[in-house]
Amino acid sequence: MNNKIPNNRAWLLVLPMLVLVAFSAIIPLMTVVNYSVQDVLGPNARFFTGTEWFQSMLNDDALQAAFLRQISFSLIILAIQIPLGIGIALIMPKRGWQASAVLILITLPLLIPWNVVGSIWQIFTRGDIGLMGWGLRELGIEYNITRNAGDAWVTIILMDVWHWTPLVAMLCYSGLRSIPEAYYQAARIDRASKWAVFRYIQLPKLTNVLVIAVLLRFMHSFMIYAEPFVLTGGGPGSATTFLSQSLTTMAVGQQDLGPSAAFSLIYFLVILLVSWVFYTTIMNMQKDKPPHGGA
Amino acid sequence: MSWMVWTVPTAIFFSSIAAMLAGMTVWEIMSPTIERKGFLPIATTRGDRLFIGLLFAAFIHLGVIGFTSLSIWIALAVSAVWLLVLMRWG
Repeated sequence: MNNKIPNNRAWLLVLPMLVLVAFSAIIPLMTVVNYSVQDVLGPNARFFTGTEWFQSMLNDDALQAAFLRQISFSLIILAIQIPLGIGIALIMPKRGWQASAVLILITLPLLIPWNVVGSIWQIFTRGDIGLMGWGLRELGIEYNITRNAGDAWVTIILMDVWHWTPLVAMLCYSGLRSIPEAYYQAARIDRASKWAVFRYIQLPKLTNVLVIAVLLRFMHSFMIYAEPFVLTGGGPGSATTFLSQSLTTMAVGQQDLGPSAAFSLIYFLVILLVSWVFYTTIMNMQKDKPPHGGA
Repeated sequence: MSWMVWTVPTAIFFSSIAAMLAGMTVWEIMSPTIERKGFLPIATTRGDRLFIGLLFAAFIHLGVIGFTSLSIWIALAVSAVWLLVLMRWG
């Protein structure tokens, strides 16, 4: 424990931001809560429904299926993107013009808007004019994302890995760059193997950026909308319909404001819970260990 | 404010949350929190425990509403007890 006298007056500087957030997030969220317990038909025609919407949303088969799909999707892309991102960051050149060139090349996918990524892959995977679709067909492999659910899933995961692994790689790269050279010198004196250097120097020093990477990637992927919507439209059938698409169909397509408000609150609580668990777990893993040279 | 379509129950809900936050602020000024370890696997401050308590209370309510035919008041009672236990021994 430190002996400093706490001065919380600096918090006042956050006030303007708080006002902004109140307008853009807190008040709208309160309105959503209000909508979730009523059937609002018009300005003067609304009926209190209590917990009815929550009950029907929690027991909706289509939504439960979309929820399971969403969880599997997020877990799969995290399991691929995090190790891949670390791997790419480790082999990226450290200095010179090569470093800049590789950075620019790697960042390119991040600059492309979501719906454009969807369109690119939609064309890329077409059997008649798309390079990948045509190539696979010429090789004699049956591949059709509008008919085969497995193909659609593989393509969406491939697309997300292509689009977002660079973010993980860049975060890890910046984390690796901030490790002082003295650590590596000490490791060389100890004749540490490459694996030992990675396990006991690089990985612990990457923890902070990995927390950010995992949280960002989880939240992004859990809210994914435009890419699968453009690529597959949620099909074939409902094989790739994720939560946000179900929500949009309900709220914007069918104007069922009460049920979709209840559903968004459940969605929000799940994201809040998972993000909190991730954050706390990773931060505590760090706290329990004795600090390695002031980490 | 009519566009926010307020109802009495939601107004009571948000007032209680606001009262809790105000109460926590006063409590913090009176006697600042000390991070400690209770039955939870992590060391927590008072505010951490309130957050954990409210988040789990939300899921208790969802569970009762969605998957049982019990009254929502039972969920509220269970959550209140859970919140008190967590604040004291968590």
